[in-house]
Amino acid sequence: MNELMLGNKAIARGLYEAGCRFVSSYPGTPSTEITEEVSVFPEVYAEWAPNEKVACEAAVGASIGGARSFCAMKHVGLNVAADPLFTAAYTGVNGGLVICVADDQGMHSSQNEQDSRHYAASAKLPMLEPSDSAECLAFTKEAFDLSEAFDTPVMLRTCTRVAHSQSIVEPGERQERPLKEYVKNPQKYVMMPANAIGRHVVVEERMKALSELAETTPLNRVEPGDGKIGFVTAGICYQYVRECFPHASVLKLGMIHPLPVKLIADFAATVETLYVVEELDPVIETHCLANGIRVDGGKNLFGLLGELSQGRVANAMGLPLPASADFGELTPARPPVLCPGCPHRGLFYMLNKLKLTVTGDIGCYTLGALAPLSAIDTTICMGASISTLHGFNTVRGGESARSTVAVIGDSTFMHSGITSLIDITYNKGISTVLILDNSITGMTGHQQNPTTGLTLKNQPTPQVSIEAVCKAAGVDRIQVVDPNDLTALETVLKEELAAPEPSVVITRRPCALLKSVKAMPALVIPEDDCKGCRACMKIGCSAIHFENGKAGIDETLCVGCELCIQMCVFGAIRFRGVTA
Amino acid sequence: MSEVKNVMIVGVGGQGTLLSSRLLGNALLAEGYDVKVSEVHGMSQRGGSVVTYVRFGEKVYSPVIDKGQADLILAFERLEAARWLPYLKEGGTLIVNDQRISPMPVITRAAPYPDDILEKLAGKGVNVVALDALALAQKAGNAKAVNMVLMGVMSQRLNFTDELWQETIQKTVPAKFLDLNRKAFALGRAQVT
Repeated sequence: MNELMLGNKAIARGLYEAGCRFVSSYPGTPSTEITEEVSVFPEVYAEWAPNEKVACEAAVGASIGGARSFCAMKHVGLNVAADPLFTAAYTGVNGGLVICVADDQGMHSSQNEQDSRHYAASAKLPMLEPSDSAECLAFTKEAFDLSEAFDTPVMLRTCTRVAHSQSIVEPGERQERPLKEYVKNPQKYVMMPANAIGRHVVVEERMKALSELAETTPLNRVEPGDGKIGFVTAGICYQYVRECFPHASVLKLGMIHPLPVKLIADFAATVETLYVVEELDPVIETHCLANGIRVDGGKNLFGLLGELSQGRVANAMGLPLPASADFGELTPARPPVLCPGCPHRGLFYMLNKLKLTVTGDIGCYTLGALAPLSAIDTTICMGASISTLHGFNTVRGGESARSTVAVIGDSTFMHSGITSLIDITYNKGISTVLILDNSITGMTGHQQNPTTGLTLKNQPTPQVSIEAVCKAAGVDRIQVVDPNDLTALETVLKEELAAPEPSVVITRRPCALLKSVKAMPALVIPEDDCKGCRACMKIGCSAIHFENGKAGIDETLCVGCELCIQMCVFGAIRFRGVTA
Repeated sequence: MSEVKNVMIVGVGGQGTLLSSRLLGNALLAEGYDVKVSEVHGMSQRGGSVVTYVRFGEKVYSPVIDKGQADLILAFERLEAARWLPYLKEGGTLIVNDQRISPMPVITRAAPYPDDILEKLAGKGVNVVALDALALAQKAGNAKAVNMVLMGVMSQRLNFTDELWQETIQKTVPAKFLDLNRKAFALGRAQVT
């Protein structure tokens, strides 16, 4: 029966139907739901790995072990997994291996908008790109068949508008794939120079064979039109082109690496003008130009930045745009904010109050950079808070170490913070690192991680102790503090910043959105008691507003975390029924 | 493209816009339409301005909606109604929950919250339907059911049977909140607009 399905869920369905037996991933928007959705099938082993490199290596191992295997990550996660990726291209597979990367054009929830298609080219791997949920399912299955037919890992590329759009899918049955025999074969799987030299030859021969396949595979299809305008496009851009030009000729590429030459050249010969529509970099366009295929419009029209849409395509092609009304005055932006009751709020208020320089990391707590908390100075990538702190303090000396800290979440610390911490201890650094332990991977929507004591399938498992990890990494000064206790927090931070040795402060309080966290009743501010000093506004809580000279609390938003109570020297904020 | 209908559901992260779009999507699927729903997950969900696109018709290509294309916008908050107005077609319908949630730039006094939003919207050549969905949600038993109240109001604009909506609600919402959601939906559906 047909079902309206998220692209990510359709990939999960494809994994199930393809007989995939092993999935290992690290969460990252917009890829996260693939692994969550596939974890409901008992036939599929699925796990969260500490990071994408580990996930990719685990999937490579499962593939060599004979199972159809998979891992998913966001585009920047592929940077982390690039090391195994490039060499897995040399070893090839035993059971089929599919690596999915979800790009985030427009940066809905990312720190850059890199174009992952370059990875397929540089790692020399085939890459497929679906344009809706039905293709997410079909291409996932196709990717496994290709992987086994050509003895290669296959990449599957999605983007936010495919991963997080729902469209109609017809689910099928699972085809079981028994574990293949494992035969020891060092020439194929031990990539030392003598063997790798031989395998590089195999890689180049395989790419040649795949290039021939690209000319004939049904993944690439010509939709004949009126012969005037022709479009070469792929993925979500195909949908925008079709929306604007229902009668145009379209060459839709489902396999975006390697790209066909003759197929595109023959298509170009059937149309008067040829346009290449792709988001971000001119990958298809450059390929056309390199092969002497005339392109009448590409990046000069559609640009290098952000997402396209039917409106952007229409505008670039000179089509009229529909009329639209304008509100006529500025609407204030509504940036994302830390939730009411968020354990990070008290910490960032304090870091701002102490005027510290703060190297930041990737997670909900990146929002501590926004006003009025405005506490974060840098955000680069997963794990970078600690290593950038080390470099920053090393060149700026002891005074810097007394006024600069790193902030990193529990899951991000597991991902790639530990090696950075060792960089500090090993190299005689004296920096202070704050680990924000909210007992969950928050930003991507509450995934378990090695510190939470539960697996992806919610099975109890030994918890990794952050304290023990830091201790083993050579940190002797480790303090744990509740970030909602502002007095204790201030004392601990001052002590550790003053200490002439590396220290870790673990601010421990669970995410306010966790089901296990019981919200307290909403707080109130009796109007007569509020002096209008605005001290409570400094913590930037969206449940507190200030109108007509008085602060007030939105009872539908407040979870009674009591942080604001500590801000009010007049004792005006309290639980209902409690007298001053 | 002319037969495709475009609905946008806009609000503040945490107001339950995703559940609304899923309910609408499932109802449209049951009615035999081609449907695409585009959502936003991740960082912008944290109290930020959120938008979901729902498109349906005989054949839908793009999952997103551009300026001047929406037949109907369901706004969970006043300021969000004003923000997304340019996406509405001329003569389109704007259903607005008359609730104010101040964004951080307003809280920090970096920007004012616009006055008289509903009155200003009414003069823009679109059909504005305003109601206090929060009060109705509270009447249904929980302030969080604002999304279902608004879906009830919107259901008046779609020619689907009560049975279809009831079946779709049952399929879409968790069993333990079924009664609450049904009540909230019924209150919205019965609203005179």
